[in-house]
Amino acid sequence: MIPTVFGLTLPFLIIAALTIAGAVAAALLRNLVHCALSLTITFAGLALLYLNLEAQFAGFVQMLVYIGAVAILVVFAILLTRGAGMPEYRSYSSNWLLGLILAAATFAVLTWAVTRSLPATAASAAPAVTVQGIGVSLMTTYVMPLEIVAILLTVALIGAVIVAMPESKKEGQQ
Amino acid sequence: MSLLSQLDQIFVLLQHWVAGFFPTWLQPFVGTVLAVVGIVAAFPGIFAVTTVLERKGLGRIQNRLGPNRVGPFGFFQPVADGIKSLTKEDIVPFTADGLVHFLAPVVLVVAVFLGFAVLPIGRNMVLANMDAGLLFFFAIGASTELSVFMAGWSSRNKYSLLGAMRAVAQMISYEVPLLLSATVIVMMTGSLSTVKIVEAQGGFTGFLPHWYVFTPWGFAGFVLFVIAALAETNRSPFDLPEGESELVAGYFTEYSGFKFALFFLGEYLGMFSIAGFAITLFLGGWGAPFSFLGFVPSWGWFFLKLLGAIALFIWLRGTLPRLRQDQLMNFAWKFMLPMTLLNLVVAGAWRFMGEGILRWLICSAVLLAAYVLLGRVLMRHQKLGPRSYRYAE
Amino acid sequence: MLGEGMLKGLAETAKNFAGSFVSKDRLTTVQYPEERAPVIENTRDFPFLVYDGADDASDEAKLAGLRCVACQICEKECPPKCIYIVKSTDKKPDYVGKPQIYPARFDIDISVCMSCQICVEVCPFEAIKMDTEFELSTTDRFGGLLYDREQLARSNQHYHKIHPTEAAEVDARLAEEKAKSEAKAKAAAEAAALKAAAAAAPKPVVPAAIEQKEPTA
Repeated sequence: MIPTVFGLTLPFLIIAALTIAGAVAAALLRNLVHCALSLTITFAGLALLYLNLEAQFAGFVQMLVYIGAVAILVVFAILLTRGAGMPEYRSYSSNWLLGLILAAATFAVLTWAVTRSLPATAASAAPAVTVQGIGVSLMTTYVMPLEIVAILLTVALIGAVIVAMPESKKEGQQ
Repeated sequence: MSLLSQLDQIFVLLQHWVAGFFPTWLQPFVGTVLAVVGIVAAFPGIFAVTTVLERKGLGRIQNRLGPNRVGPFGFFQPVADGIKSLTKEDIVPFTADGLVHFLAPVVLVVAVFLGFAVLPIGRNMVLANMDAGLLFFFAIGASTELSVFMAGWSSRNKYSLLGAMRAVAQMISYEVPLLLSATVIVMMTGSLSTVKIVEAQGGFTGFLPHWYVFTPWGFAGFVLFVIAALAETNRSPFDLPEGESELVAGYFTEYSGFKFALFFLGEYLGMFSIAGFAITLFLGGWGAPFSFLGFVPSWGWFFLKLLGAIALFIWLRGTLPRLRQDQLMNFAWKFMLPMTLLNLVVAGAWRFMGEGILRWLICSAVLLAAYVLLGRVLMRHQKLGPRSYRYAE
Repeated sequence: MLGEGMLKGLAETAKNFAGSFVSKDRLTTVQYPEERAPVIENTRDFPFLVYDGADDASDEAKLAGLRCVACQICEKECPPKCIYIVKSTDKKPDYVGKPQIYPARFDIDISVCMSCQICVEVCPFEAIKMDTEFELSTTDRFGGLLYDREQLARSNQHYHKIHPTEAAEVDARLAEEKAKSEAKAKAAAEAAALKAAAAAAPKPVVPAAIEQKEPTA
């Protein structure tokens, strides 16, 4: 039905190419805002890959969190820290060799981990993961990790509010 | 099949009829394309009608006549506007970032159109009946912020950038109450699917419908949702990202011609889709308001309700002055957020209190008390009265 | 309570909306090309040249009746310099009958004119006044907005029609001046007659003492 190339479906190939192109552009472009926007393309590509794998929840959450929040946060950070105007950043850092080694090592470790964790035989059918199923298991099996994450995030939120509060005490003393 | 139910399903039957001319393996594809064409044709059409209705309505609110020159009663005004915007020169500022400047309106319109995919326009009339339809809508809605930022940043204009920053800050702030007020519905329905949400509101007690808006938490959720939706679509009174008096036109200051028209279109389509979701979530979607009115086609009810929602938005625009930035943020974080959180608790309580008049009383009392109390606290330091001006010495 | 003012506002705008369909008094807009607001008397926009004569006079008659004597004061006073005048080489009698120079060319570029009315203030001959015509759009922004004598000439009746009070004052002043000059002419004529009569009489004697003193000085 869906045309395949090298055993991979065409939609997958298109989305993968888009994702990789976005990632490469994010690494190579000189203008920081362009990098951030390219990164957004990568995020979108990842979301589409999840959807392609019929993981609706993961895909939509990827969109909501990464495109809606993280990408916006990145561009905000860029605009608020330095002038995002001039391309004054060199794309190649002086210790590129170290970076290359680190990247290769990370890739090797990830490859090792992924290949190790692959089941011996391919699953006969993809498990039907519904959004409701995810919700139920989050609220029953994984309720403890969920609550811990919730507390962590609350603490981070309160911390951020305290950091951002005007230092009224100091002003009062002066 | 009776004539009425045929009329109800006329678009679905039309789709199947046209798709029937194609080979079997191509039929799902053709059916989808037809549905997309329908959406892409219908909603910009409504947009055209809305622009003229809005201008005439605002005119009447201000005791003017509104546009009345082009065609009968000025109803061909959008045609003239469309021709004008198509033939106008497309100006790109010299220092602008050409590619991003071009992509911004395209991304906006595409993202907004995607939102219509999960909107149930009528019985069996939804493009993609997804398990997580609601989540899809909010995920897509979140990506419109990025196009606003792209437009503002790529224009290399201080007004554009300021407008974009305002818009993004506002949209992020109001996304929280928007999502939280919609969560109530998910809690009660037990599903993220828009189709199931509409079906859950389908019953009648006597002749009154089971719409969520007719419950204490539903009513509060509806009001909060509409306020957050107004802010999310940058409609008045939350239109400070394009505050003409201080920012020229905000993030689309540097856009002209058809790109400007695209922004305009995107804004209105965003309004339609979010109004459509307010209808789906709280006002029974395509359901009839009374049991004896079930003979009217379901899509007719949806579009009637959409028209009502648009009229409400226009009425609000004609009435309320624009908020200040600090008022906007205070309202989002000090009023909307606590109210939506409380509404979640109230909805949970409603769910487990069982049938009876008691839960009506308790839930209404809690929400009303919180509203009055929060209002009192927020208004405590407000000095309302004639404005005092300070002049430079 | 929070939101109370909003509801009041909504009620007010709803009243406006519904009321605009019911009562025509609410709609104050004048539908311009079909209807027009009456022009108030002090309206002014661009200058015109006054001529004495009938409203529908021929171009020659219009030009013959122009009050302008091409003194060029307005040309010099005009802040944006939109007036261009060429004096004639011959003369023609003005309204009191005195021979005067007249403008061989008198152009006003109304695309430059700023309607300040200074030309009207400085004109000693009541020859240039402000018009009320405002529908002056043209497809030719250079030639179409540069008005020559023929286009600028408007009759005194027209002036009376657009600014009646002012025109009556001007007419009274002109009549007074005319009467004065007629009286003067009459007096001059009388004086001339007297002079002529005196010339006929014997010449008065020059005092001899003065004539004699001169050589000694």
